[in-house]
Amino acid sequence: MLKLFQVFYLSYFWYNIFRMALTTKVIEQVAALARLELSEKEKKMYAEQLSVVLGYIGMLNDVNTDNVIETSQVTGLEDVTREDKVVERSEEIKKKLIEIFPDRVGRLLKVKAVFENTDAQI
Amino acid sequence: MRRFNTNAQITDMYLNKLTIKEASEGLKKKKFTSVELTQACLARIKKRNPEINAFISIFEEQALEEAKKADEMIKKKKQKALTGIPFCVKDAINTLDRRSTGSAKILDNYISPYEATVIRKIREQGAVLIGKNNCDAFGHGASNENSMYGPVKNPHDLTKVAGGSSGGTAAAVADDMCIFGIGEDTGGSIRQPAAFCGIVGLRPSYGRNSRYGIMPMASSLDTVGPLTKTVEDTAILMEIMAGHDPLDATTVESPKRRDAKFCVCTEKSIKSLRVGVPREYFSVDGMDEEVKRVIEKEIEKLKKLRNLEIVEVSLPMTKYAIPVYYIIVPSEDSSNLGRLDGIRYGVRADAKNLYDTYAKTRARGFPEEVKRRIMIGTYALSAGYFDAYYRKAQKVRTLIIKDFECVFSDVDLLITPTTPTPAFGIGEKKDNVLAMYLADVFVSPAAVAGLPAISVPVGNTKKGLPVGLQIIGPRLSEDLVLKFANLCE
Repeated sequence: MLKLFQVFYLSYFWYNIFRMALTTKVIEQVAALARLELSEKEKKMYAEQLSVVLGYIGMLNDVNTDNVIETSQVTGLEDVTREDKVVERSEEIKKKLIEIFPDRVGRLLKVKAVFENTDAQI
Repeated sequence: MRRFNTNAQITDMYLNKLTIKEASEGLKKKKFTSVELTQACLARIKKRNPEINAFISIFEEQALEEAKKADEMIKKKKQKALTGIPFCVKDAINTLDRRSTGSAKILDNYISPYEATVIRKIREQGAVLIGKNNCDAFGHGASNENSMYGPVKNPHDLTKVAGGSSGGTAAAVADDMCIFGIGEDTGGSIRQPAAFCGIVGLRPSYGRNSRYGIMPMASSLDTVGPLTKTVEDTAILMEIMAGHDPLDATTVESPKRRDAKFCVCTEKSIKSLRVGVPREYFSVDGMDEEVKRVIEKEIEKLKKLRNLEIVEVSLPMTKYAIPVYYIIVPSEDSSNLGRLDGIRYGVRADAKNLYDTYAKTRARGFPEEVKRRIMIGTYALSAGYFDAYYRKAQKVRTLIIKDFECVFSDVDLLITPTTPTPAFGIGEKKDNVLAMYLADVFVSPAAVAGLPAISVPVGNTKKGLPVGLQIIGPRLSEDLVLKFANLCE
């Protein structure tokens, strides 16, 4: 089974190199959107692997889906609502939530400044 | 079927091997105490876990405390369905005031301030929480090799994987380190490890059990279910776990009719059943001949049952389930994992600005496969690709559901092998992403369609590795699936 997949893997690998291989530049853009720091080695690895996976997924193009409605949930339930109401929690739960903050000042959550160094972002 | 003689002298030696039913009866008749039962499980964990690696956290002190309370309740004749019975939970499920890591270092220090609804229901029935199980991080995987706490080894052969993602839970139940376990199944994460480890694992219909408190993976597919030693135990747990939860808007009411209760039955009470065998599940590349033989033998055995008709059917969309799964799951995954940024909880990396805090926290806290899924998902959902990937997959998902609907207009249930091969070697597929994804080829279709499916052990290969039979039913037909599964066990 493994051998078969290896052949499969390699053929798809080369197929994608010529067709739609993802460049490390695309990988960098996606990683920035996902707020994920990647090493050079990882960028190369994910570029190859994503090309393989997306190439495999490409087989869905063989399926005719004209006039097919997409499925986003399978329950058949519709418009499940609840009252939009603030529920007060106990002091004990508040204390627990504050205790698991990675960094804090008293009861306040401490984070890096939000409005600075925006050029690092996309 | 696995049965012990409960009238025989019960020694501490095998208390941990008991089923829920046996343990509950033994406790009621005061043949042993919950403390003794819990100690037997803890002793087994101490002996075997260093090799198998099924647990990330073991709550020895608290478990014995809970067991003591359970013994008092039994003394007062206030025994409930699970009073005093030790169980374990996949670490991707939140347990109140207990460490819940999801097998990823980003939550290494996370003590959950709340409890998953299903776990609350089980603990309200008196069960004793003994520990949290290793799994593929956040449920991403089919071999338990994607855990940041090391792989879980198969109790039947320590060189093989336990399956995934609920591999630790399956191994713990199979190796009698606890009486039962609770796992989570998005695309096969209960059934596949149950098959590899030789136990019973049920993926309920989507919406049957509350997902509240489960670390979310793919919100439109996630389900929570039991991993047990017998089908009967699964039925007992489903009676407790199922039902509407105001905290999960996708849940449905439990059946009120008496005949729709989750229970097991005998051959006699089955009244004319038509069971389909889909030919696509026997003809995939790389199908193991021994697995095929064991399943075919089981089908021959079933053909002899009264009032049971077995027919061949076809599910032509089967091969598209994996590609659909690997678009929908990473897409929903990458969105859900956005909450893990080291800001409000978990392990935060030191960084000079906010962007780096996110990027470094996530780089260090996630294993390779989690990052891979975030990358696939973010790519598939990015501008310009949404229609080509996610929407296309959702449309093919509709066709897979129709495929099942069409077959279920002809037959009552489907039987298939749970996996194309027995448990594979640790490290065997580690560098081949696609081969690993294809390990779920028989379990993902029912997941994509939101159907209930159970894996039942039906035999072994010559080398002693378990083989699982999968039974798939129409939506919300767990009662029928369980009744039939009991006959196959």
